[in-house]
Amino acid sequence: MNVLVQGVLLGGFYALLACGLSLMFGVMRIINLAHGDIAVIGAYLVWVLVNQTSMPPWLAALLVLPIMWVAGYVMYVLLLERSRRAGQLVPLLTTFGLAIVIENVLLQIFSPDDHSLLSSTGTLATSSISFGGLTISIFGMLTLATAVVVLIGLQFFLSRTTSGRQMRATAEDPDVAELVGINARAVYAKATAIAVAIAGLGGIFLAIRQTFNPSTGPTQLIFAFEAVVIGGFGSPWGTLLGGIVLGVAQVIGAQVNPQYFVLFGHLVFLAVLASPRGGLLSRRGRTV
Amino acid sequence: MIRARGGQLSGGFRVQRWTRLSVVSAAVTVAVIVVLAVVPFLFGADVTEQLTSLLIFVILAVMWNALAGYGGLISVGQQAFIGLGAYGTIFLTQHGIAPYEAMILAGLGAGAVAVPTSLIMLRLRGGQFAIGMWVVAEVFGILVTLDAGLGGGTGISLNGLDVFAPGYRQAYTFWVTLACTTVLLGLVFFLLRRRIGTSLQAVLDDEEAAASLGVNVVRSKRVLFVVAAVGCGIAGALYLANTLFIQTTSVFGVQWTAYMLFMVLVGGLGTFEGPIIGAIIFYLIQAQFGDSGAWYFVGLGATAIAFALFLPHGIWGAVDRRLQLRLLPVGYTLRKLDTPASAGADPAATDT
Repeated sequence: MNVLVQGVLLGGFYALLACGLSLMFGVMRIINLAHGDIAVIGAYLVWVLVNQTSMPPWLAALLVLPIMWVAGYVMYVLLLERSRRAGQLVPLLTTFGLAIVIENVLLQIFSPDDHSLLSSTGTLATSSISFGGLTISIFGMLTLATAVVVLIGLQFFLSRTTSGRQMRATAEDPDVAELVGINARAVYAKATAIAVAIAGLGGIFLAIRQTFNPSTGPTQLIFAFEAVVIGGFGSPWGTLLGGIVLGVAQVIGAQVNPQYFVLFGHLVFLAVLASPRGGLLSRRGRTV
Repeated sequence: MIRARGGQLSGGFRVQRWTRLSVVSAAVTVAVIVVLAVVPFLFGADVTEQLTSLLIFVILAVMWNALAGYGGLISVGQQAFIGLGAYGTIFLTQHGIAPYEAMILAGLGAGAVAVPTSLIMLRLRGGQFAIGMWVVAEVFGILVTLDAGLGGGTGISLNGLDVFAPGYRQAYTFWVTLACTTVLLGLVFFLLRRRIGTSLQAVLDDEEAAASLGVNVVRSKRVLFVVAAVGCGIAGALYLANTLFIQTTSVFGVQWTAYMLFMVLVGGLGTFEGPIIGAIIFYLIQAQFGDSGAWYFVGLGATAIAFALFLPHGIWGAVDRRLQLRLLPVGYTLRKLDTPASAGADPAATDT
């Protein structure tokens, strides 16, 4: 039972990482191979702010999110706009190139050593409550709650606000969207900015829950992607469910043998891919 | 289907595959292979070793380009097969098979593993295929790490080549590498010239349209996927023979994809000659800057991005478009005949 709780809480973290990846794919059909490394940039930014100015982590997080938002906007204008127009495959090539660049710039600046925010977050990261034989990590709860809030927020944004509706319209058919007066380019830039900001948020949680180094990113990308695929591409609640299934699989794997932690998650992912439906909540034709 | 070899079309055009230049260059290619074969007699073991690693890069670049440039399959996980080839060689030599035979068998074994892998992976498109392959590489890497007989995560040496004196060993490894390079590149070359090459071109242009015209999309991709797996597997085995020691983290590492991406994008995605040029350029850059650590990789990544955005068909694509060089033709050339009606017209040739 404890295993299940741990897995669900871990799943909340993966869902948070996966939101941005899923949003960019849903709106632009782009899979951002630098997604994990962008999350790690968020982690390093918070780490630098906390360690240089000794400000509390939550304040650093509030400062980092707008920075990531702007970075996402810049990334769209400089890199993705041109890549997207060049065809389906080019965004993969350029975002993979970007991943290499980010990892190695981080390596050059911060060395390959592990960093962590654990020491700056006091008891938040380590304390837990016991409840009828269950041990529930407070920080895990906070992560899961954040993931749910972000997912609800995205859902609300996409279905109730004007720019959210424009985003869905553009995702359905960019040409028709342009005909009715939507600036597809601005919509894409906004989607990228949101996705990068959420990735940065995921990175902040990453920095508190574990140690990280410049090569942490690819693993985060893979986990986020697995969560999205297991859940069935595109639906927000699928992403949450996918994250939870992945988290539970990993925790069960670690229970069998600590070395199986990552392996079990991969195997569940491959099993879902091999299944006829190819995703737990997959629905054909659904984009965002 | 277009008939090859100078089929005459109406309107004064001629479709041809072999131009005079490409016949010459094919002859040059054969000459280069012969010259390379005598290198171990003329130079020391260090030159031979360097050339071996260059040829391994050539194999990798050609295989990645076959997938990405002709199959539209961008894989971030070809290191899965590089690792299988290398560790397969270790496994087979542990069971009494001679090293060089083991290397070839391990490469074919990687191809055998690729068949069931393709059943799952080829259901995926675009980015999903890219990361899906990455997961496959991670899984293979973890499984090998879990096997203590293969050295676990600490690495393992290739035994059995020490029966040769170092100079001879280097020379034998080089000849095996040269033979493998020739056979594998020849295989890809002739594969792309067959019907499957045309099918793949149609799939790249419009997958739905190609399928509706009766192109078996999945089968064409599967053939390519398995061939690329064999190529990467043999390249991994050759890498092992050249370095004699491997670790799971390096041989299953995603840096291989970074190398392949760089070589193919710089040389020319979707051209046959490009990846070979890209491999040579990559080799020279690595010899020059390989020790500069992280900045070297930053440079590789940034260059790859620049090429993908501004020169999507690489150096070779740019040269080819201006000069109409078709050294090793896999496509066809449409050439305007010098008839009176078209006299004075630019003898423009269009790639098909």
